Amino acid sequence: MQTQIEIHTEPLNIQSCIDWVMSPDSGGIDVFIGTVRNATKGKRVLKLEFEAYKKMAINEINKISEQVFKQWPVQKVLVHHRTGTLHVGEIPVIIAVSAAHRDAAFEACRYIIDTLKQTVPIWKKEFFEDGEIWVAAHP
Amino acid sequence: MEINILAFGIAKDIFGASTVSVELPAGSSTAHLKASLEDKYPKLKQLASYMVAVNNEYAEDCLTITERDEVAIIPPVSGG
Repeated sequence: MQTQIEIHTEPLNIQSCIDWVMSPDSGGIDVFIGTVRNATKGKRVLKLEFEAYKKMAINEINKISEQVFKQWPVQKVLVHHRTGTLHVGEIPVIIAVSAAHRDAAFEACRYIIDTLKQTVPIWKKEFFEDGEIWVAAHP
Repeated sequence: MEINILAFGIAKDIFGASTVSVELPAGSSTAHLKASLEDKYPKLKQLASYMVAVNNEYAEDCLTITERDEVAIIPPVSGG
């Protein structure tokens, strides 16, 4: 039962995330890689800015990971999230889960990204040609 | 008592600063804090929702706040 959580401004490294969750007991690794999309509702996105309340965000991701280990027979959980300015195609988040069997890895990975988007204090601002908005701030 | 509040995301724009302080009677709760902030910054009420975090945990409205607590305003999150 091992968890690695990181939040920082450096570019995320996909290979090192996969290497960290790899283990001889594992039959598979499920990886979710979030990428910056070039448009939102048909409007061209120039860049995103991510901000985190780092201490609390790590706390909340830890809670998600604890829940995952209670709910699924997984071996390692990794969540790396980037902050700062990201351009189209760059990677704000990597989630990697290893497990003996694939069902647990797939389900846990999905649960982590879905829950992260609901509870973890990280915010993104979208920059368009004609303005900028904090995503989800207003109804 | 004076409570210092950390602001993130759109809350920072609404307050015009990444920290603000409010004066509250001793023994005030999260709900009192929200009411006081909404009074001072009515745009908070236009948000889809927002939470108060006390010492890095989401706080219920009835939680009593003290000057020693780390208090933050958490507008709707959008990570990932």
